[in-house]
Amino acid sequence: MVVKVGMADLNICAAPDSIITLGLGSCVGVVLWDPSTKVCGMVHVMLPDSTSISQNSNRAKFADTGMDDLLDKVLLAGASRNRLVAKIAGGAQMFTVNTKSPTLMIGARNVEAVKKKLSELRIKLLAEDTGDTYGRTVEFYPETGEYHIRAIGREGKII
Amino acid sequence: MADMSIESITSQYMDVLAELGNIGAGNATTALASLLQSKVDMKVPQVRLLDFKDVGAIVGGEEQEIVGSYLGVEGDITGSILFLVKKDVAMHLVTKMMMGYASGEFGEMEQSAFKEISNIITGAYLNALSTMTNMCIYPTVPDLAVDMAGAILSVPAIQFGIYGDNVLLIQSQISDEIDIDGFFIMVPDIESYEKILRALGLVQ
Repeated sequence: MVVKVGMADLNICAAPDSIITLGLGSCVGVVLWDPSTKVCGMVHVMLPDSTSISQNSNRAKFADTGMDDLLDKVLLAGASRNRLVAKIAGGAQMFTVNTKSPTLMIGARNVEAVKKKLSELRIKLLAEDTGDTYGRTVEFYPETGEYHIRAIGREGKII
Repeated sequence: MADMSIESITSQYMDVLAELGNIGAGNATTALASLLQSKVDMKVPQVRLLDFKDVGAIVGGEEQEIVGSYLGVEGDITGSILFLVKKDVAMHLVTKMMMGYASGEFGEMEQSAFKEISNIITGAYLNALSTMTNMCIYPTVPDLAVDMAGAILSVPAIQFGIYGDNVLLIQSQISDEIDIDGFFIMVPDIESYEKILRALGLVQ
């Protein structure tokens, strides 16, 4: 079975299933994985920081609260706190327009916020495929720990 | 600043977009007909308020290849505009505009032609808004992206994400030989929402 994660959404999955999010742009797909129990979870982060925004009831939308909730969920599903590792992908800059709008740089800010949160949670970042200017479909297989990345007009890669 | 909930802004802003959609799409259709030198029909455009999870589906799925043209908005209000169509529709439009000189690929020439088309269409909408509000509004030079719908739509979704969990867009349906579904997403900066509503007499 393939578990789907939507925009500003999170979910968990265990081997032999896989977990996927389609068409990541400036958002970041964060995977937490326990290689021993082969349990994992993915959150589709849209914005870096819940504390700077008043409309923050959807916790999965933000790097900080989304990763806290994801951590709780994978632990409940049987992952071990000290075995958890992370892989991340996304955070592209889709457009470059000469405006003062900081929202176009949001991809890089999302990646930075995710990394900061990982280090706060003391979870090791094993691999990443972030930045650049193209969209990605990402699928994680908890059986092997492979994070498959597809993009239009590019060779797929596995991190 | 008046005390307005995000919900009340959204519902009033939807009315504004409905009106804008009607006038803007009319202008755009006329401009497009003269550019393509052909007869173009238009249906009444629809304003849609979509949950994040349904955003990809409206253009045929998150992985559907689409062409997005992104412009900044400057002048009395600030914000951004994204105009998008499916890639085959973009190819159809540029092939017609280039009168047979398109290469069949969406290369540099075709991208440049599509930028022109998106300038005309977004200009038609902005002129409509300018006329309605009596404000000076102009677009920046557009930037194109040809990519998965989910990835391109993440840009306005993130901008709306600061205020809530929905995306507001105008879906316009025009047709010449084929149906041309175009999607027009305008995200004013938060202080510009109020300026627009005030200019239209919707808030004091």
